[in-house]
Amino acid sequence: MSHDGRLLRTAVLVVVGLGLIAPIAIGLWQTGRAAFGILPALGQDMVSLGPWHELADLPGFATSLRLTLVTGIGSTLLSLVLATGFCATVHARMNTSAGARMLTPFLAIPHAAMAVGLAFVLAPSGWIARMIAPHAGWDRPPDIATVSDGWGLALTLGLMIKEVPFLLLVILSALSQIPVARHMAAGRALGYGRGIVWIKMIMPQVWPLIRLPVWVVLAYGLSVVDMAIILGPSNPPTLAVAVTRWFSDPDPLMILPASAGAILQAVIVGLAVAMLMVAEAAVKRLGRWWIRRGGRGSSAEPGLWAASALVMALMAVGALAMVSLVVWSMAWRWSFPQLLPESWSLNPWSSAQDGWMRALSNTLLLAGATVGLSLGLAIAWLEGEDRARRSRAPWAEALIYLPLLIPQIGFLYGLNVGFLQIGLSGGITAVIWAQALFVFPYVMIALSDPWRALDPRMIRAAAALGAGPGRRLWAVKLPVLIRPILTAAAIGVAVSVAQYLPTLFMGAGRIATLTTEAVTLSSGSDRRVTGVYATLQAGLPFAAYLAAFLIPAILHRNRRALSGASAT
Amino acid sequence: MSLDLDALSIRSVNGTALFQPLTLHIPAGDVVTVMGPSGVGKSTLLDAIGGHLTHGFHLSGTVHLNGRDVTDLPAEARRIGLMFQDALLFPHLSVGDNLSFGLPANLRGRAPRRAAVEEALSQAGLAGLYERDPATLSGGQRARAALMRTLLADPAALLLDEPFSKLDAGLRDEMREFTFARVKSRAVPTLMVTHDPDDAAAAGGPVIALKGLMAP
Repeated sequence: MSHDGRLLRTAVLVVVGLGLIAPIAIGLWQTGRAAFGILPALGQDMVSLGPWHELADLPGFATSLRLTLVTGIGSTLLSLVLATGFCATVHARMNTSAGARMLTPFLAIPHAAMAVGLAFVLAPSGWIARMIAPHAGWDRPPDIATVSDGWGLALTLGLMIKEVPFLLLVILSALSQIPVARHMAAGRALGYGRGIVWIKMIMPQVWPLIRLPVWVVLAYGLSVVDMAIILGPSNPPTLAVAVTRWFSDPDPLMILPASAGAILQAVIVGLAVAMLMVAEAAVKRLGRWWIRRGGRGSSAEPGLWAASALVMALMAVGALAMVSLVVWSMAWRWSFPQLLPESWSLNPWSSAQDGWMRALSNTLLLAGATVGLSLGLAIAWLEGEDRARRSRAPWAEALIYLPLLIPQIGFLYGLNVGFLQIGLSGGITAVIWAQALFVFPYVMIALSDPWRALDPRMIRAAAALGAGPGRRLWAVKLPVLIRPILTAAAIGVAVSVAQYLPTLFMGAGRIATLTTEAVTLSSGSDRRVTGVYATLQAGLPFAAYLAAFLIPAILHRNRRALSGASAT
Repeated sequence: MSLDLDALSIRSVNGTALFQPLTLHIPAGDVVTVMGPSGVGKSTLLDAIGGHLTHGFHLSGTVHLNGRDVTDLPAEARRIGLMFQDALLFPHLSVGDNLSFGLPANLRGRAPRRAAVEEALSQAGLAGLYERDPATLSGGQRARAALMRTLLADPAALLLDEPFSKLDAGLRDEMREFTFARVKSRAVPTLMVTHDPDDAAAAGGPVIALKGLMAP
């Protein structure tokens, strides 16, 4: 009876094992070997702690480490606090689905494009300075480092503008599983203020549902490279950026301390997650004591309002950053205190046409291939669960999150070594494979809940009508799930377009995408050309989300339950 | 034609049996009603007979349909129709296409298939609604369309899982009458689970109480 299902499940397990888990394991293993002095290609074959000593002695190492910890942990905690405060204030007052739609642009835009836009806005000659200029009497850009500042403030801000909307989405979807209004009524009837009910009753229920996404945000913030290159301090940079530079140092022996740094990066993320778990346990104990005291203190309101105001300010700056990309890409003459360009031109677009066309086609190819593969695997996995009529084992769930929790820099070098050994390095295949490691988890996570939310009785009804497993999949599940499937694909496109390190490492610098070009251009040269690349980079995910909205609406225009008019 | 359960019992994941072993003979055209407290496993019993049992449940005993052992057949090969309290029409298909979904493939040709569906629609008072979006039907129309979809698949037995519990009181009598008239005219063995005694009375057949084994 379950023979068919078993075959499918075995196939999925083999693909996941060889395609997703093995590369990460091999990557970590090879990087780890180099971190302890074994690099046969360069004649190094003695196990030693040398690379670690070299790493510690590298100029700026301690500062890099400090920067990484401050920006990564700081941005995550601040984002979490702000997002929670915002939800507490606004949740009862807003339409959740409309709110989620408003977040879409912030979720879709790649980190690098947001960073480029922010640099435009925050720079001494940027929009904010231009708005202040007439009042402050500036006729030239002020001489302060507002971007790439030594404290990593611009980087922290950039990370928060991307992470707050993500956490808002995650918290909103968790809240939809909790009877918030009834708990709020019950709590307030017992004399607790709104903010206190939120902290004492709602958040403890929300946390287990958002714990994993928060870990992902933490891991990302600690190991981000593209955004840190654009917004972070450059000398010394954060650890992940420093390690990336050391890996591409002209002296090949630098690979040894670079590998040690890469492993250190993975250890830092592991320790940070462990710290979060310890903090969770401590807050649990403390919170229980606090709750048992029964204090009604209704004074949390001002803090919540402040958090909401800050979230709105972050979103405003983020929106300004997105607009500035387009404006710069079409600006011609734009001297300092002017708020808008004095003359406009499409010249930046036409003069760089060869470059961006090539980068755009590479990006499209990579997005198409990685999303196609990931979607196929995700559907096969979910269908395998259906056919076996099993729910997902916890270890399988953990497997999905694994690539998102291990820093990319920790295993990409080693993976490249592995790819070299099988003759795959430097080609488009290697880049597709490496990107798919990160696209698949997001596609899988996005598709799992809607897939399981499909009424199992509807599938039973189809079976009772004589439809076999294949017909149930193709004629019932896939058409009914077309909207979540396309949404998962759009998320996959956004993730693929945003990939920087996998393209850089696996493409051996030969495969230029919109993201690699935008990051390279951001370090100087012409803002207008950078604006062109970043606009395209942001535009692709937007287009994908738009398609995910329009296609089901058109296909199912005569089906009220599916056209999106009433659903979600 | 008959549906026979022989010492059917179901154990859950932790190994405990849901109810006492059930042996039952349902001749063609009869409607047997199974009643029992909620949580005793009435729906699970229907899942077992229809071949929809989820992983973790263990089935012992046998299910015979017209003398053939179907216990190990997949659901789609059993020819056992299934009705729920919700109509569960496929939302992406028109009303007519919902009905033709279950129409056996050996009825060939566009015109005869369409005619069969149109005939079923008019029997159910749904004439002219072939192209309609199921989401625009009234509750009663939806329930009748779902029943016709099940019957068009030419089932050899029928399972009804609290089929009327979501309908308004007025509609409920009408749907009971409609359903049992159709079932009797098709002369298929039918098993219904419900906790509404009126359902059992309307069905007119024997009533069996499913006894739980778990401590209260």
